[in-house]
Amino acid sequence: MKIHLSNSTFLGNIDPFLKSFDPSEKDKLDITVNQKWVFVHPIALSMIAALGLPIDKKQIKCEQLVARSSHYLETMGLFSFLGIKSGIKVTKHEPTGRFIPITQIKNSAELTCFLTEIIPLLHLEPKQAESIRYIVSELTRNVLEHAQTKDGAIVSAQYYKKSNTIGIGIVDRGLGVKETINKSHDAKDDLEALGLALTPGVTGTTKKEGGTELNAGAGLFFIKSIASVNRNFFVIYSGNAMYKLLKNKPSRKNIMLHSDPFADRHSSKHNLPYWQGTAVGISISLDNTPGFLMLLDLIRDTYAKAVKERRKLRYRKPQFI
Amino acid sequence: MIVINLFKSTGSFAEDKDLARELRIKEILPALSQDKKVILDFTQVEFVTQSFIHALISDLIRKYNSAALEKVQFKNCNNTIKKVIEIVTDYMQQID
Repeated sequence: MKIHLSNSTFLGNIDPFLKSFDPSEKDKLDITVNQKWVFVHPIALSMIAALGLPIDKKQIKCEQLVARSSHYLETMGLFSFLGIKSGIKVTKHEPTGRFIPITQIKNSAELTCFLTEIIPLLHLEPKQAESIRYIVSELTRNVLEHAQTKDGAIVSAQYYKKSNTIGIGIVDRGLGVKETINKSHDAKDDLEALGLALTPGVTGTTKKEGGTELNAGAGLFFIKSIASVNRNFFVIYSGNAMYKLLKNKPSRKNIMLHSDPFADRHSSKHNLPYWQGTAVGISISLDNTPGFLMLLDLIRDTYAKAVKERRKLRYRKPQFI
Repeated sequence: MIVINLFKSTGSFAEDKDLARELRIKEILPALSQDKKVILDFTQVEFVTQSFIHALISDLIRKYNSAALEKVQFKNCNNTIKKVIEIVTDYMQQID
């Protein structure tokens, strides 16, 4: 496999990074890095870490890093996670208030422990912490419950002072969204499966409205809604498809949530290199974050409308003869 | 009547669905089957996920319909927790 980190890989411009991924020759990994400047969102780091995890360390190659900012990759723990040497010597900074290095979470107990550490590590105020803990908990539990991979979830996060945002990447190499959702539905391709997974009330565990005793099919809709209300990016990539929620324009005062993800301001791709599993990236602004209560009001209204509309679709029409 | 103190099991952030399921199966459903009232006490719980609340109560509404909400009461919920509970009880009562 091959993957290239360009000078800037953020959610808004992640497409070239995803296109650069070559999933062939699964028993080796070549990482190339822009020689001048490297600035990456945690989703990219978590993806590279997840790719390297099952590979013999002798088969992982990373070209010599020249860019000064490539120290960031070392600091985030990419090379130690992959078990290779970068040759970079970094004066370690205290992690408080800055980042969460690449971390593997394989079970519920590890997640619970991680959730208690994440807030002091990112140095968040309690109100800011609500959304972040919510996102990490729901996305990681999705992996542990549905992905069926012994490697669990690969998680990392970074605080960006300039934009006052937190970037989070949560990645797995498990079943992927299409296989999971198609246990109960009939998505024709990966993009349709992503659309279903983001629709409130749709779960791969059942066709029944309301889900099962453990799954409502609301988790990803909640996460997308958090990003939407925050006017931030949300990216989900699985199989050949990627769905990207674009930032809502600040000029739009009233934010509307949509039960149909394709009705949101978004971009999507259906012919990307095949990613076995699921990669999710999100950015959350810590500036003027609308309260979680407002978000929940919007979600409640949108969810209720979605259920009503789906029920209406099942109504039988009178037969006039 | 039984009172279930959630904080003892969940801590301040209630998000573990497996734990919610265990509380439902081992404590809430047996009490309801004996026609006892159940009080879910959220004292000291600061935050919940929708998945946790769904795993805790959705099956009660599926089994007992809206009568479940006459037998189960939610105590000392902050506004965020109240809203998450309302979302789950709303969509569970909308289904056929």
